Amino acid sequence: MENTMQAVPQNWYLLLSTFMFCIGVMGVLLRRNAIIILMCIELMLNAVNLLLVSFSSYAGNAEGQVFVFFIMVVAAAEVAVGLALLVSIYRNIASTDIDILSKMKW
Amino acid sequence: MVISQFIFYTLAAFTLLSSLFVVFSKNPIYSVLWLIVCFFTIAGHFVMLNAQFLAVVHIIVYSGAIMVLFLFTVMLLNLNKETEPHKPTLLKFGAVIAGGALFLIVIAAMRSGMPAPYTAPKMSEVGYVKNIGMKLYKDYTLPFEVASILFLSAMIGSVVLAKKERS
Repeated sequence: MENTMQAVPQNWYLLLSTFMFCIGVMGVLLRRNAIIILMCIELMLNAVNLLLVSFSSYAGNAEGQVFVFFIMVVAAAEVAVGLALLVSIYRNIASTDIDILSKMKW
Repeated sequence: MVISQFIFYTLAAFTLLSSLFVVFSKNPIYSVLWLIVCFFTIAGHFVMLNAQFLAVVHIIVYSGAIMVLFLFTVMLLNLNKETEPHKPTLLKFGAVIAGGALFLIVIAAMRSGMPAPYTAPKMSEVGYVKNIGMKLYKDYTLPFEVASILFLSAMIGSVVLAKKERS
């Protein structure tokens, strides 16, 4: 099979990950379920990961991929802590609706 | 040239469609399942970019660990029903318009400040396990070890947070 990087210009990857990132932003603004908001944040993280990997591959520089590896590490830790927080919130108010959690709002 | 282009466009279409379904599914279970599809297509993109190590790690970490965690939480909290109260229609329009405006702004910024495109390499070998491993254990040893401390603290933190409080 031919090399993808010669067949597909890098602009397409830029466009794809921008679109994915905006879908994630839209989801965060649109939904009220905290779990789905967390999933949309994962979507945004993945869009950025894809962008970093594409830059790293096109430039022939491995540092971008090492960076993506560390982003994955941090994302895994973040999801574990976030879901634990959600479970303890659910135990207290029996819901994951973010509009109920408005005590910190001024 | 045609085959890899075709694969790229198919994967990109699947990625965008599944991420749209994540946002617009009513049932949280379906959202989680579509997110798994999305992650697999992104792993496919990584394979197409010759980043084999990251593709495998992505499938193991995201589709394996993180999504199982999400599924467990959704089922544990009994959220697999379509009772989510919706935001008012005005706010929904606002959210969609804000997302679209962000997209336009980023695209315009990229168009005006586009750097000279990289000359496409003949065969990028930076993503192979050997090269990533050399980079990771030679130049990034300290961050690699610090990451394990981060994981330990995240583990302890999540256990402490999710534990039942004694009253």
